[in-house]
Amino acid sequence: MMGREFQAIYVMWLRQMKRFVRAKSRIVASIVQPLFFLFILGSGFRVATFEGVSGDYLHFLAPGIITMAIMFSSMFTGVSVLWDKQFGFLQEVLVAPIKRTSIILGRTLGGATTALLQGFIILIISIALGVRIPDIFGFILMLIMMVLISFTAVGFGLIIATKMNDFQGFQIIMNLIIMPLFFLSSAFFPISESLPAWLKAISFANPLFYMVDGMRGSLTGANNVFPPLVDFLVVFFVCIVMMSLGSYFFSKSEA
Amino acid sequence: MDIITTIDLTKKFNDFTAVDHISFSIKKGEIFGFLGPNGAGKTTTIKMLTTLLYPTEGSATLSDFDIIKERDDVRQKIGVVFQEPALDTELTGKENLDFHARMYGLSKDKRKNRINDVLQLVDLVEKKDVLVKNYSGGMKRRLEIARGLMHYPTVLFLDEPTLGLDSQTRRAIWEYIKKMNKEEDTTIFLTTHYMDEADYLCDRVGIIDKGKILVIDTIQNLKNSVGNDVITLSCSELDKFTKRLEKEDWIKNIKRHDLHLTLGVEKGEEKIPAIFEIAHKLKIKIKSISVRKPTLDDVFLHFTGRTMRDFEPESPMKEMAKFYNRRR
Ligand SMILES: Nc1ncnc2c1ncn2[C@@H]1O[C@H](COP(=O)(O)OP(=O)(O)OP(=O)(O)O)[C@@H](O)[C@H]1O
Ligand SMILES: [Mg+2]
Repeated sequence: MMGREFQAIYVMWLRQMKRFVRAKSRIVASIVQPLFFLFILGSGFRVATFEGVSGDYLHFLAPGIITMAIMFSSMFTGVSVLWDKQFGFLQEVLVAPIKRTSIILGRTLGGATTALLQGFIILIISIALGVRIPDIFGFILMLIMMVLISFTAVGFGLIIATKMNDFQGFQIIMNLIIMPLFFLSSAFFPISESLPAWLKAISFANPLFYMVDGMRGSLTGANNVFPPLVDFLVVFFVCIVMMSLGSYFFSKSEA
Repeated sequence: MDIITTIDLTKKFNDFTAVDHISFSIKKGEIFGFLGPNGAGKTTTIKMLTTLLYPTEGSATLSDFDIIKERDDVRQKIGVVFQEPALDTELTGKENLDFHARMYGLSKDKRKNRINDVLQLVDLVEKKDVLVKNYSGGMKRRLEIARGLMHYPTVLFLDEPTLGLDSQTRRAIWEYIKKMNKEEDTTIFLTTHYMDEADYLCDRVGIIDKGKILVIDTIQNLKNSVGNDVITLSCSELDKFTKRLEKEDWIKNIKRHDLHLTLGVEKGEEKIPAIFEIAHKLKIKIKSISVRKPTLDDVFLHFTGRTMRDFEPESPMKEMAKFYNRRR
């Protein structure tokens, strides 16, 4: 019985790998877009001085861009359940004698694999551009953070996919919620004293802030607001909540 | 033994009742068919029984498992071929089958054998490595059926299995369904628009219309309820003639439909002279008349007051014919 669940998780994962490898344009876009951000923002703001940024701006920016790449790619995996719904394939998955948790696990692992792949490509490019990794424990913590960020985003995508019936809803959530939260996550500029108090409040209530701050703290060990372990605990908690909600809504959904 | 039992099973979409308090049971090992026009609620019923939709009201058991409370157990017992495509078009045909086989826990050897078997059955061996998005409509349908027949479930649901297939493929699939039913004792629940399909495959059929089951019985009993023979005729002054014929007690039932009268009688050939005699007295001219054994079409007309063809909007020729008839 357990064997079957593993088999199912594996084949769900395999399917996503196959689809990912075949969607060439998506691979290119998902890597090129964050690189644009890295280069354009990186060179544009290089000369600017931000309160709370010490050293090269690129080192400040890189962890934010890696987070962004992983987030968007994973969210896309969660939301792509909508595609399966529209193409009817979700029915095939949902009538199979497989536990809902295995289906979600397979999908999440598939999403995480592709997202981490993209994250690593950006990481390697950042290192090539001069970002240095000061210590190995930080690096390991960053890897764990990457996985947690990915899982969180897949969970969030699942919630959207099960609550919406079309892509417009997804677009609206992307533009009106995710993008603003990203700007307030310190990915591009620090949350400094000069921001209005209410914006600062939103920033510190923003889970994305802890993801970016944690990535920054663990990867570069500079410019972070909280100790990486604190960020880690917050992200871990958010991850559990999102995955649970996503799984709950998914297992209750109709096809 | 009953393998499926429903009690007042109901599904509402907002205010619209798609399935309306239906209660029926299906015996283990039988081939049961749901016959009904578009929008009757066939697919919705199947989706509830296969745990894809939650019933609004009522309940059902499949293999003694409750379809609401024991969904995982129910899914262990079933296989489904959906009416609408449910394939991953970015994978090849073979990959789709492999995905299915693994989801249903087939061992490595079995996977290989079964995939080859069913590919052969639906004649897709040569196309197995082509992405499904490059398949024709009929090929997709065939692949879908092949997939449904791959594992041996206790109950197999087939929602309009042969819709849009050529007659040769239909035949092959019918034979396979029969074989599966016999050799594996698979209970089969199918829905169809095709009377010949129901006639050939089903032990019992249920006629469903507007979310309600009108009748369930063996095909033979249903046909008998219409009459041993069916006389179809067209004539002038249809209303007058109908009224007159209703007084004859040897006519088991009369149905008017478009410009035709359908009479259920015993010993049809011997009744034709009597009909002519009555017509003659009323100075009514009979334009055409025929006697035949009742078909499921007649059964359908009998219970719904319409023929199955009335529901099919597809043929422009038919629309023209109607228009033409009306003008006459
Ligand atoms: N998700 C849904 N939301 C709203 N209405 C629905 C939904 N699914 C089905 N219906 C409605 O329920 C009714 C029954 O649909 P169903 O698909 O069960 O019919 P059917 O008997 O399978 O018809 P067909 O022969 O065309 O396949 C239809 O009127 C349909 O419009
Ligand atoms: Mg249907």
